[in-house]
Amino acid sequence: MKARVTVTLKSGILDPQGKAIEGALKSLGVDGVASVRQGKVFDIELAGADKAKAEAALKEAADKLLANTVIENYRVELLG
Amino acid sequence: MKSAVLVFPGINRERDMARSLRLISGHEPAMVWHAETSLPKGTDLVVVPGGFSYGDYLRCGAIAARAPVMDAVRDFAAKGGLVLGVCNGFQILCESGLLPGVLMRNEKLKFICKDVHLRVERSDSPFTRGYNAGQVIRVPVAHGEGNYEADEETLKRLEGDGRILYRYCSPEGAVDAGANINGAAHSIAGIVNENGNVLGMMPHPENHVEDIMGCTDGRGLFAGLVAHLDRAA
Repeated sequence: MKARVTVTLKSGILDPQGKAIEGALKSLGVDGVASVRQGKVFDIELAGADKAKAEAALKEAADKLLANTVIENYRVELLG
Repeated sequence: MKSAVLVFPGINRERDMARSLRLISGHEPAMVWHAETSLPKGTDLVVVPGGFSYGDYLRCGAIAARAPVMDAVRDFAAKGGLVLGVCNGFQILCESGLLPGVLMRNEKLKFICKDVHLRVERSDSPFTRGYNAGQVIRVPVAHGEGNYEADEETLKRLEGDGRILYRYCSPEGAVDAGANINGAAHSIAGIVNENGNVLGMMPHPENHVEDIMGCTDGRGLFAGLVAHLDRAA
């Protein structure tokens, strides 16, 4: 089973990298960009086929390591 | 003072740290590999040194913070043992939950490698008793992620409880935006935990301890720890 964990900065947390990318897009002349926030994507393959177990394992992975929940939110998706 | 210096893959400041500890305490520190599950018997001080543990992968300090030895460090700290984290060590302590907050990318996105000035905010802590409150010291920094951030409530508690021990300042001791090299909240360079026995700081006091280094302002931190432990013994 394939899954994706997306980690993003919580709103209100300053994101200097996102700001720099935003500036670069503007200087490239890409129109209509209001703001950019940078995050991370983890593509994970799971051994079993049990969806509930997979979700629990991914949540544990995100809480224990993939995200720093002081500053980051995460979203777990099962891609089948 | 018997100290233990933790060693993780990618750490590169452990020898500077060991040299300073040996020089100032007169005791050879133990080098403790990250896979160990206990600390040497009789350890007085655990030091998490600087460098780039695990290549800063995922987040600075994130993987090192979950190494087996960190459980032993957590136990040691919970019993009141002294823990000092410098630079990547500060990041590791935050990631491990021993200190609140997080070290974000420097505000101007640049790696900063230079001498900075720090104002010692109080002298009644084991980590500052070698200095006077309000004293300005000069020590080097070398980091890309030293911009300390925490939620408002945490910052308020850090301020209210006097847990900010070191702040970036001008050579004259003024704490202002100009001297805040990396954009850290409240110009924070170093903080302690609630019990005051765990310090994390971005600057490297271990690199200003001998005349040949051009400055010895960092000695006070280690000399203060030695004095603190001597008095406790």
